[in-house]
Amino acid sequence: MPSGNAGPYERAPDERAGPVSESLLEVQDLKVTFTGGGRTLRAVDGVSYSAYAGQTLAIVGESGSGKTVSCRAIMGLLPPTATITGSARFAGAQLIGLTDDQLRRHRGADVAMVFQDPTRSLNPTMRIGPQIAEAVRTHRPVSKRQARQEAVDLLRLVRIPLAERRYLEYPHQLSGGMRQRVMIAIALAGRPRLLIADEATTALDVTTQAQIMELLLELQSELDMALMLISHDLALAASYADEVIVMYAGKIVEHAPASRLFSRVRMPYTQALLEAIPRLERPAHSPLPVIGGRPPDLSALPAGCSFAPRCRCAADDCRAAEPPLTEHEPGHRWACWHPVEGGAA
Amino acid sequence: MTSTAPSETASTPLLAVRDLVHQFHTTAGVVQAVSGVSFDVYPGETLGVVGETGSGKSTLARSVLQAPRPTSGSVLFRGTDLARLRGTRLLAARRHLQMVFQDPFGSLDPKWTVRALVSEPLIAYRTGDRGARRQRVDEVLELVGLDPSAHGGRHPRELSGGQAQRVAIARALALSPSLIVCDEPVSSLDVLIQAQVLNLFERLRAELSLSYLFIAHDLALVKQVSDRVAVMYLGKLCEVGPGDLVYREPLHPYTRALLDSIPSTDPAAARRATTIRGELPSPIHPPSGCRFRTRCPRAAERCAAEEPQMRELAAGHSVACHFPLAAPGAGTDEAVAVARTTARSEEKVGETPR
Repeated sequence: MPSGNAGPYERAPDERAGPVSESLLEVQDLKVTFTGGGRTLRAVDGVSYSAYAGQTLAIVGESGSGKTVSCRAIMGLLPPTATITGSARFAGAQLIGLTDDQLRRHRGADVAMVFQDPTRSLNPTMRIGPQIAEAVRTHRPVSKRQARQEAVDLLRLVRIPLAERRYLEYPHQLSGGMRQRVMIAIALAGRPRLLIADEATTALDVTTQAQIMELLLELQSELDMALMLISHDLALAASYADEVIVMYAGKIVEHAPASRLFSRVRMPYTQALLEAIPRLERPAHSPLPVIGGRPPDLSALPAGCSFAPRCRCAADDCRAAEPPLTEHEPGHRWACWHPVEGGAA
Repeated sequence: MTSTAPSETASTPLLAVRDLVHQFHTTAGVVQAVSGVSFDVYPGETLGVVGETGSGKSTLARSVLQAPRPTSGSVLFRGTDLARLRGTRLLAARRHLQMVFQDPFGSLDPKWTVRALVSEPLIAYRTGDRGARRQRVDEVLELVGLDPSAHGGRHPRELSGGQAQRVAIARALALSPSLIVCDEPVSSLDVLIQAQVLNLFERLRAELSLSYLFIAHDLALVKQVSDRVAVMYLGKLCEVGPGDLVYREPLHPYTRALLDSIPSTDPAAARRATTIRGELPSPIHPPSGCRFRTRCPRAAERCAAEEPQMRELAAGHSVACHFPLAAPGAGTDEAVAVARTTARSEEKVGETPR
């Protein structure tokens, strides 16, 4: 069952123009630069968005677009070479500028992350149950017996059958999908209010991916969490998110409710991404519409719009001045001087 | 009976694989990676093979190339059974059968330049003199959209993922193959680069009359480049047919489940329920009868007792299932399905499914 949790979300996107419901995470003008070898790399360049409880927000972009770096900056998971400015408030509390010790209190308990590769995050020499129990005890001072019980409950929560027996298995005895469920159980051990899934299903097969995505949405609804999907896969975002942010060269270039983004795409970059995805409806051997070039060097960004050199709609003004990200239509922001006009109402 | 050839094609297949079996001996037991797979690839045709992790699709690719050799079965390439050849004779027969793998950086020696990498197969097969080889390297680099003077001297680490995959393709093209086996050739690339490389595969196919055995986990991607699509599950083929038919009228419940799992960019398409539950069974102890039965919504007693054979239900569209699905629109009633398949198979093949 598609878990029927689309209903309660429908309000938010349209209300966003007016006074919005209270956001759980509010990111304002977040910038991340990496300095080294005499070069300054603008990995994230002025990103603002909000995440709401009970909502799924997808951040989509290619490698190097800044989608992952922006989330890791909030979690304090970047190396010391990174300079982070701007604001990220979680339930009102500022996260940027906190020391590692201070951030650790938020990590897991408020915000938790699930990554792409569960095999690298799990200890291969330790049974999975105790790994989850250990996560429980880092967040709450409970007895070992109680931590064990909570770990078994978490295994059930992520729909792992025969939880008591699985508790004693090693990571290598589990399939990729099951290992990712264990990672989700560990992430949920601190009872986070925001769960960030960073390419969490990328390494999985399509049928397993569908299972894990359904699980994430069910959990989000059961636990009233905010869910953020970081992905390169626009189709995945379209299918599972309420809102989608598209990033290019460190900036948000388009932000809209999922249904609107895909029916009325405005930013030519988003359109290029959409067109390049092979679809079952396309006849075989029909050439995919592609754009040339590559994303720009983040240490030497072009003047004006970063996408202009690859954009088929680009004009002189695009190369002269950078288009600001503006809410042109209710709930729909884009940064483009010459948006795609295809999506007529 | 196991033939998957389109019935209208009279030409001889370029590649004819029959009853291919590949087992691995491990401490846990014998892994049945590929269990009796048969298919043909015709000249100029792309046969796509779709399968998930553990389906045996990568083992299938390597068995075809005899690296390593299959446990049994035959791989007839241009009429010669590669499985029976050894040493230099195998090498000679395999010259026109090349491969492109998923990770371009893993398959390119980081210490070599692009030029050296592309000329290596030419040297290995002692092709031409130094000047001729140089010319051929320039030719194939240009074919794959790389500038020989700009990229020829670079090392793999100085290339992007898309460029590195182009170099891997250039290497495969150097000896003018007639068939290229591609195993997940674009799955490590970003979507825009992926589209460029897919278009490159298509252009090369048209320009050089190539055939591909194109193996990937992404059904939409495979359909994009393939004439016919084969769906693989736990070491066996479950369905083979023209790409659009397999997509529009899947006959095997597993194909249906795969189709339903694909995220769609169409906002009108509501998120579909996952129709497939549970996990892939162990390839060491595969289920009796139909290997998909443990996860199949249509499974019945017969599915455990009797292995379904591949049978052609429509022109060129075959399935290995006791209870195949009906076409959408024709009604999902099973009686309709059986009636339809019986009619078709008598008409086309003269074989009556029991």
